[in-house]
Amino acid sequence: MSPTPVFKVVLSAPPDMPLVSIITLCVLTAAMALVVGRLVRGPTLADRVVALDVLAAVAIGFIATYVVGTGATALLDAALVLALVAFVATVAFARFVEYRAAPEEVTP
Amino acid sequence: MIAHVFLLAGSLFVLIAALGIVRLPDLLMRMHAATKAGTLGAGLLLVAVAVSAPETSVMARAVATFVFLLLTAPIAAHLIARAAYHTGEALPWTHTTVDELADDMKQWPDRGEKVSEQHPPVRADSP
Repeated sequence: MSPTPVFKVVLSAPPDMPLVSIITLCVLTAAMALVVGRLVRGPTLADRVVALDVLAAVAIGFIATYVVGTGATALLDAALVLALVAFVATVAFARFVEYRAAPEEVTP
Repeated sequence: MIAHVFLLAGSLFVLIAALGIVRLPDLLMRMHAATKAGTLGAGLLLVAVAVSAPETSVMARAVATFVFLLLTAPIAAHLIARAAYHTGEALPWTHTTVDELADDMKQWPDRGEKVSEQHPPVRADSP
């Protein structure tokens, strides 16, 4: 049995996870950091809603990569639910952006 | 092996989407990066799951999630863009010169209103 490589210990990834999955997770982490930067900076609510939408997509990507790397296929249900919740949240935020500007014009 | 190619391609697309979100100058351009590159990136990662799936049910779930993403991304993007444009939050870039929607709304002002098909607005001159 070969010793666990140092980077897998540092990242606390499962020892049998392929290197490609770890590289993908690192790239996704960089992407998530960039998107969080936009989420904090704004400048408007609509920008933040778009950033949240991308954040959900990145999270779905995280789950998919983890499933490929470890074979824990039960997590796929979480990805599906995350996509659903992100869509509903985006629709609700879009309604809110419109309502905040002109409360009397938006009818339910 | 093929799954690994999909993984790398997908993560690259997600990174490009994130870069676009940070670097592009106004909301509509940021949505251009987020909606297309972001959805394709997450979709490619899900395709990687589908390709490497040991069972048909796992593959079906991955494909279903991808199809759901493809169906909902345009709807969500349209709703945000519409809300932001009509409330003036889209903040057009100062170098943008073409705004066809504004020209359209000048020509047919009714299209800018929020008119519901089921409940048409009552006009003062209606019988």
